[in-house]
Amino acid sequence: METFNPFSLEGKTVLVTGASAGIGRGIAVTCAKMGAMVVINGRNEQRVKETLGMMDGREHLLAVGDLTDAEAIIQLVGDLPKLDGIVHCAGIGTRVLCRNVAETDIDEVFNTNFKAPVLLQTEILRQKKLNKGGSIVFIASISNESPSVGNALYAASKGAVIAYANCLQLELAPRQIRVNCISPAMVWTDLIFKGGLTEDELHEDEQKYPLKRYGRPEDIANLTVYLLSDASVWMTGSNVKITGGSN
Amino acid sequence: MELNDFIANFADQFDETDASEIQADTRFHDLEEWSSLTAMGIIAMVRTKYDKAVTGREIRDCETVEDIFNMIAAK
Repeated sequence: METFNPFSLEGKTVLVTGASAGIGRGIAVTCAKMGAMVVINGRNEQRVKETLGMMDGREHLLAVGDLTDAEAIIQLVGDLPKLDGIVHCAGIGTRVLCRNVAETDIDEVFNTNFKAPVLLQTEILRQKKLNKGGSIVFIASISNESPSVGNALYAASKGAVIAYANCLQLELAPRQIRVNCISPAMVWTDLIFKGGLTEDELHEDEQKYPLKRYGRPEDIANLTVYLLSDASVWMTGSNVKITGGSN
Repeated sequence: MELNDFIANFADQFDETDASEIQADTRFHDLEEWSSLTAMGIIAMVRTKYDKAVTGREIRDCETVEDIFNMIAAK
């Protein structure tokens, strides 16, 4: 008997950016388990290779490169195979009070969290590397709707990504390409330590979550699998919150 | 500005339509993939490759790819 599994990624090729750590690494590992051929991107070759070592099966590809470098993007995209899925996960965290914002803070966060995925997406479309019926996922953040002290620039960068995705969705719909965002609350990765809170303080905070814990990369990865798979073919232009119940 | 280059750049704005389907005398409005989105792609291409501004109206008023080429060349 054939197993019913609309969530399978068998036969799909998926690019995951920011796959050298955190949520991106979790997504790459889970996509491989679900049968995808994964192209993993990160800046640091050593760490991307560590991700590769955790992945099941087939001939996955490395795409090492800094996506804030426009020239590097053109070369990286040129080397890509045809894709069925793209997960824009590369991002950085930062906490700066509004009264302390410097121009360089804005550039740093927006170059990585907004400009890089937009230019990468542009180049992928220009070089026609995304198959008809493909699925694009942006890892955004709940911070866009849930303000917290010191998070203005990060939240703004993720809000910009969501607004961009909403328009991209309209432009790609004629080719049955879907675009969705995932907005997680706090997830245990290196990124959340950038806020200056200690691990103890974070553990105390996670007890305020209705499900009594922060997310794990695999929680986000499973939702990503759903959005990449044919189970979600009627879903586009959505921004899915995944928060353990917190607002 | 050269007609064959323009035709290649024009064809590059399409995802599903093979470049061989697009010639100087192609009535582009009849192409299945033609839409207001493609027109926006053509406008952007003309701006970046030829540094000229065309409007959707001007493109709409053309019938063939060569008509567009001539319209832009005259600018």
